Amino acid sequence: MGAGIIRLSGHKSTMNPHSPNELHALVRRTPRQRLHQYGDVLFEYITRGFAILVLGTLLAIMVSLLVTSLPSLKAFGFGFLFSDEWDPVRDRFGALVPIYGTLVSSFIAMLIALPISFGIAIFLTEMSPAWLKRPLGTAIELLAAIPSIIYGMWGLFVFTPIFSRTVQPLLIAVFGPIPGLGILFQGPPLGIGMLAAGIILAIMVIPFISSVMRDVFELVPAVLKESAYGLGATTWEVVWRVVLPYTRTGVVGGIMLGLGRALGETMAVTFVIGNAQRLSPSLLAPGNSIASSLANEFAEAVGDLYTSSLIELGLILFLITTVVLAIAKLMLLRMGRLEGVRS
Amino acid sequence: MSLSFTHTTRRLAAAVLTLAVFSQAHALDITGAGATFPYPIYAKWAEAYRAATGNGLNYQSIGSGGGIKQIKAKTVDFGATDKPLTKEELDRDNLVQWPMVIGGVVPVVNLPGIQAGQLKLSGSVLADIYLGKVKKWNDPAIAALNKGLSLPNQDILAVARSDGSGTTFIFTNYLSKVSAEWKDKVGSDTAVRWPTGINGKGNEGVASYVRQQAGSIGYVEYAYALQNKMSFVQMKNRDGQFVSPNDKSFSAAAANGNWKAEAGFYEILTEEPGKASWPITGATFILMQKVQEKPEKARGALGFFEWAYKNGDKAALELDYVPMPENVTRLVAGEWKRAIKDTAGKPVF
Repeated sequence: MGAGIIRLSGHKSTMNPHSPNELHALVRRTPRQRLHQYGDVLFEYITRGFAILVLGTLLAIMVSLLVTSLPSLKAFGFGFLFSDEWDPVRDRFGALVPIYGTLVSSFIAMLIALPISFGIAIFLTEMSPAWLKRPLGTAIELLAAIPSIIYGMWGLFVFTPIFSRTVQPLLIAVFGPIPGLGILFQGPPLGIGMLAAGIILAIMVIPFISSVMRDVFELVPAVLKESAYGLGATTWEVVWRVVLPYTRTGVVGGIMLGLGRALGETMAVTFVIGNAQRLSPSLLAPGNSIASSLANEFAEAVGDLYTSSLIELGLILFLITTVVLAIAKLMLLRMGRLEGVRS
Repeated sequence: MSLSFTHTTRRLAAAVLTLAVFSQAHALDITGAGATFPYPIYAKWAEAYRAATGNGLNYQSIGSGGGIKQIKAKTVDFGATDKPLTKEELDRDNLVQWPMVIGGVVPVVNLPGIQAGQLKLSGSVLADIYLGKVKKWNDPAIAALNKGLSLPNQDILAVARSDGSGTTFIFTNYLSKVSAEWKDKVGSDTAVRWPTGINGKGNEGVASYVRQQAGSIGYVEYAYALQNKMSFVQMKNRDGQFVSPNDKSFSAAAANGNWKAEAGFYEILTEEPGKASWPITGATFILMQKVQEKPEKARGALGFFEWAYKNGDKAALELDYVPMPENVTRLVAGEWKRAIKDTAGKPVF
């Protein structure tokens, strides 16, 4: 921002001394200036090319995923989505287990990460003393910069042993006997499993969501907030009725960023999810996610059907993230329209 | 500014020049890709080979599947795989295959109060554990093999590899040979559909799960079990003897192998006969194209393998691999001369 302003004013100062010449040039352009004009056109084409390149890459990825997963698409059809069988020996593949694992682990992650991130962002923007703001904000951004494999190793070597000895037995004792809910907390406390994966994912996405939320919360004009406080609103009321409605788009964007990361996370999940291609209602049981299946099996996969089934898994992940993004966009559009009706 | 600029250019030019000279000196760099299991020994051999001959070898451990794809596409001079290709597969892609070095797979357990090598298992009991049929450590089937050992009334947690791997191939190949039910229900491959338990990524993933969970059993490469002092299991072999995993029991299995050049050396050393044979042994294999467009490269690669057969035994044993028996390496050398030719049909080696 600052650099831009400096460059702008610099530009102005070089222009001013020559302004009579430039006026003249409006009528009759010198060859040099014509060159400049071509340069502009060229520049436009180049930038447009770059922009189209992104679109082209996206399309190319989609097409190549589709083409390379054709053998599996032909062999299994729609049944691929609903079969829980993943048997490389007999060349029979189905994506239900990894799809279920991806969605459930991400859902757990969002369930935990959302309130915590919201709290962090509110504290940082509304309540934190000024001297604490910067170190806290930096710490959160640093958390976002930690490579996912570190989270995975920490999860496996530090988190899951403690988790299996303390939290999981408690969950089994408290929720296990409850009819209905109890089905989610059955089996031995292994530490590793769907719940552990969800928690590690939550830790990983909290910095993303909370730093986006903090950034957008800071954009709320002080006047708005102060008038609300002036009317006698509590901090909660200010956050809930002024800050949140004002920043809705940004907040949803931050959540989607976090969800996108959770859906596609690979290494950290591989370490703690247990990698079992079995469907189990219990959150303590091992499962598998799409990204984790790919990371585990791609290198040693031999045979067309096996590789193309793995690629089809990739295609499904691609579609899931696209759908999630599309839903987010739709939600924002609807919210915008409702806004229009109300005002 | 301009000074530092010319300085940078000069340095860049110098770097480019050195690079050119460097690549000239190592024009005979051989590239290979494939299995991760033999990577430590191939890397060590490559280092010693460079010191001895000046020729370099670049081996990328991208996995057996990747190695097979790369050698089919001719992007590397040789591929490496833990799961041998069958004669038909070799013929279809015009490849030659031979075994390079032998390793073993070792079941490891975490049972409080039980020391390394104390627990004895048979193949069928091991298969039943991984099928989820034997669920407790004090199951009569385990107790019958371990008279005098007090086994806890604890649940068994079976740990397997989540990533596709040659180790899994050897292990499941063994289980398929000793248990009809395993062969029928699960089968043998680099990745299978495990009926029970949890799966960890790589030897280290399996090892850490086994270390964390009391009552668990897993399987890892011998070298990994040894270096990490894991609690290994004695296995009952085909001759009914209980053997411990070590160089001697792997060599015994390899010596009893039925190696045939005409079958592409397709041989998996599991459940070999012999009193001293470790039942879960396997070789790792090299793949090369039969017709070489660049014979000097092929000559370089074969030179390396010949050197490794002759001089690499000590390094292999140090890293807990077992060298190929001499009668087998002689067969392989004969196959090189017979099968690998340049485009004109002349033997390259």
